[in-house]
Amino acid sequence: MALVASTRSRSTWQRVTRSPPSIVLAFVWIAIMVVIAVTANHLAPYDTAATDLGARLRPPVFMSGGDWNHILGTDQLGRDTFSRLVLSVRASMTIAIISTFIAAAIGIVLGFVAAHSRGRLEQIILMLIDAQAAIPFMIVALAVLAFFGNSLVLFTVLLGFYGWERIARLCRGLALSASEQGYTIAVRDIGASPVRVYAMHILPNVASSLIVAMTLNLPEVILLETSLSFLGLGVQPPLSSLGNMVGAARDYMERAPWLVLAPSAVIMFTALAISIIGDWFRDLTDPAGESAR
Amino acid sequence: MMLEFFFTRGLRALATLLLIVTITFVVLRLSGDPAINILGLDASDEAIREFRRSWGLDQSIWVQYVRYLQAVIEGNLGRSMLDGRSAVDAVIERLPATLSIMVPGFVLQLVVGIPAGILSALRRNTWLDRLVMTSSVVCFTMPGFVFALLLVMVFAVTLHWLPSGGAGTLAHLVLPVLTMGFFGAATLARFTRSAVVDVLGQPHIRAATLRGIPRRRIVLLHVVPNAALPVVTIIGLMLGGLVAGAVITESVFSWPGIGRLLVTSVASRDLAVVQTILLMVGTAMVLANFCVDLAYGFLDPRLRHGQGNSANKG
Amino acid sequence: MPSFLEVQGLTKHFSVRSGAGLFSPRIPLKAVDDVSFSLKKGETLGVVGESGCGKSTTGRLVLGMMAPTHGSILLDGTAVHTRHDAVWRAQRQRMQMVYQDPVSFLDRRLPVGRQVMEPLTVHSIGSSVAERREKAEALFSVVGLRPDQFASYPHELSGGQRQRVILARALVLDPELLVCDEPVSALDVSVGAQVVNLLKDVQLSRGLTYLFISHDLKIVRQVADRVIVMYLGRIVEEAATQELFQQPVHPYTRALMSAVPSLKPHPQRRLSIQGSPPNPMQVPNGCVFHPRCPRASKLCQTERPELRNIAANRSVACHHPEDTTVSSPRKLETI
Repeated sequence: MALVASTRSRSTWQRVTRSPPSIVLAFVWIAIMVVIAVTANHLAPYDTAATDLGARLRPPVFMSGGDWNHILGTDQLGRDTFSRLVLSVRASMTIAIISTFIAAAIGIVLGFVAAHSRGRLEQIILMLIDAQAAIPFMIVALAVLAFFGNSLVLFTVLLGFYGWERIARLCRGLALSASEQGYTIAVRDIGASPVRVYAMHILPNVASSLIVAMTLNLPEVILLETSLSFLGLGVQPPLSSLGNMVGAARDYMERAPWLVLAPSAVIMFTALAISIIGDWFRDLTDPAGESAR
Repeated sequence: MMLEFFFTRGLRALATLLLIVTITFVVLRLSGDPAINILGLDASDEAIREFRRSWGLDQSIWVQYVRYLQAVIEGNLGRSMLDGRSAVDAVIERLPATLSIMVPGFVLQLVVGIPAGILSALRRNTWLDRLVMTSSVVCFTMPGFVFALLLVMVFAVTLHWLPSGGAGTLAHLVLPVLTMGFFGAATLARFTRSAVVDVLGQPHIRAATLRGIPRRRIVLLHVVPNAALPVVTIIGLMLGGLVAGAVITESVFSWPGIGRLLVTSVASRDLAVVQTILLMVGTAMVLANFCVDLAYGFLDPRLRHGQGNSANKG
Repeated sequence: MPSFLEVQGLTKHFSVRSGAGLFSPRIPLKAVDDVSFSLKKGETLGVVGESGCGKSTTGRLVLGMMAPTHGSILLDGTAVHTRHDAVWRAQRQRMQMVYQDPVSFLDRRLPVGRQVMEPLTVHSIGSSVAERREKAEALFSVVGLRPDQFASYPHELSGGQRQRVILARALVLDPELLVCDEPVSALDVSVGAQVVNLLKDVQLSRGLTYLFISHDLKIVRQVADRVIVMYLGRIVEEAATQELFQQPVHPYTRALMSAVPSLKPHPQRRLSIQGSPPNPMQVPNGCVFHPRCPRASKLCQTERPELRNIAANRSVACHHPEDTTVSSPRKLETI
């Protein structure tokens, strides 16, 4: 990215400074989330496993009956909601980011292989892409969890398959048009291997589109992870994620609605902020693109 | 041209189906002994032997594959671990319940999403447009279960107007259908808007406006038919969201449909049922996409009049 | 002196769909049709013709970038390899290409110095990065670039400088044959002239052999020792540069030359080419040029003229060539 900056930096900077407040807010929110995810262990005031049956379902500080000991109240086992929320943010963000990188890796490799090989291999990859796009991913994910059981690693890898087909399709298209470009022809003419052509030349040249696609994939992975965890089929206790916090709090909705609302709000704001940043980034890298949307 | 288009799409649908079954077979084989997995640990020796024979588990992998294909076609997908009934029967029995929220939910999506998108495009950059787009973005990033729980909080817990879960009366239907509608309406509105905006910018629409043709007539006769094409495509993709939505919605509202059956089956690792649902959803999705392709073929005049080159597009 | 590059009956057919439909029949497109020529070491052969006449394809075929449909290419007595394997890769060190458009043929995400070093890295020449860098930097001075431009990105250089980078990248492997595909057509005239001079200097000092492809007759006249004129994939005329420009024999060559604008106060009557530009998918019967030829006869419509010798080192493919002995040659020196 930085390579083009010298000619475009001025207009880029102007676009940042003139961007609407929603984008600034989105960046601020994501910055907070990242800080929370990194410093979660120091930030959490309580041990999340520590139950305190004497202080169950305490309301948050801004509601009557709440106090500063538990800013966001406690859950049905007397665990501190704020501490659990902080650790959940870390778990959810980490899983979503790792998964998106896995999806990008799969998509880049298959997309480039399809673009390079043409012929039968390309047809097979295109069929896999179509098949993946045809079946709702949630059903596939549930089936895999049923067949193989659940573990954190498996779950993360499984989510890594979410969106690979879109990235593969994108990479194939970008690689096809890039391989018609002079610079790749020139490098091939030198005698460079395909791996070199794709890794050293095409990948850096398509990186901006790829980063946009990954950014837009991220909130969807977050929503999927929280949904599966909400159903009790994703991240398993004692590890808490934003989704299983909502799932567990569901039964206490009447007495302690904040237990549902706090993690829900975090999920929503995070997904929203990343989408806003993704859209903004897409407009930035592709000014002629579909700004009408 | 038309026939050729349908032929290639039909072939592709069949190939996708075969691929889905094949992947299911591979995953099933990778996950361990299918006899134990499908029938459960406490299945009788006789049942296991019977199962092994009917699926050809004692033979080579290719024979097994062919037998598996046969079993899938015959609808012989094993028995539910929980009650020992045929998995296919157990799933089909739940189908009406799922359809009873899915169909109204889908209609709701169309009825809300498409007009909202069209209006938003026609009144571009007004408060209405901003309202529709903002709510669409918010809905887009709100997990379905959060929306469902909010509905429960407002209408069941606070207002006591509607039941918070279960099935039986019409009142039980309202919140699940609203949730299902919510899943796609936002996407649809956003997409319809950009399709209509695209069409509005085309020269022939501007020419029609300049000729003094009434706006209502332009919208109905020129804009909507042209924008229909991309919208039909996205509707095909939305069916997937509908299925995923059913899983969440049925779980939140304890609705006795296939989605909830899937979640409980996954939790109890009732593989026969999971496998059946996977294959059925896969088949339904492939068929639905094929239908969308057909609709696309009829809507696209270039294909209809046999002069098009868009057959190569997909 | 034996010929360094020997091309015999080179033919390349592409198979293209006649329509846009999925099942429309594929028809062969004759991009290059029975082209033969030879080149001595240190010589420059100019290839001229309109766009789409197959001159660029000829260049890529000579380099072994793709397999010809028929024909043979011998470089220094050995056949040019077209399968992309180890032999093919080794062959890259002997022959290189100089590209037309310096903007698109450089990777805009990579400093130009790295791009000049890249061939060395690919072919594992030089034991260390420092050694490769040294060699690349030496070439920078050969092609007239400043050492501090080593770390520049392509967009920071001017068009002429970019073309020098491309030349440096082609020279870094010390090749013997350079195929120059319209090397200056994307540049301003003055900048182009500098690059042409550079090409000539480098040729002299390194004993390079050039296949110089261009539609620009002026430049070809400056650099080439001999010229072949191509039309729709076929050679229509071949001659030493001086003779060709003094007395073009083929009607197409004459038309090409008269199409070049002249600075003379009273330009001579221009021989215009009639009809639409050729479509390589519908090659006419008989002489490929006859639909646009002012001298076309019945014979031209039915029978294809073979390339035949009309004088020493001079051949033409035409039934009715401009008579070299009878008609008073109209000189076209001004171009």
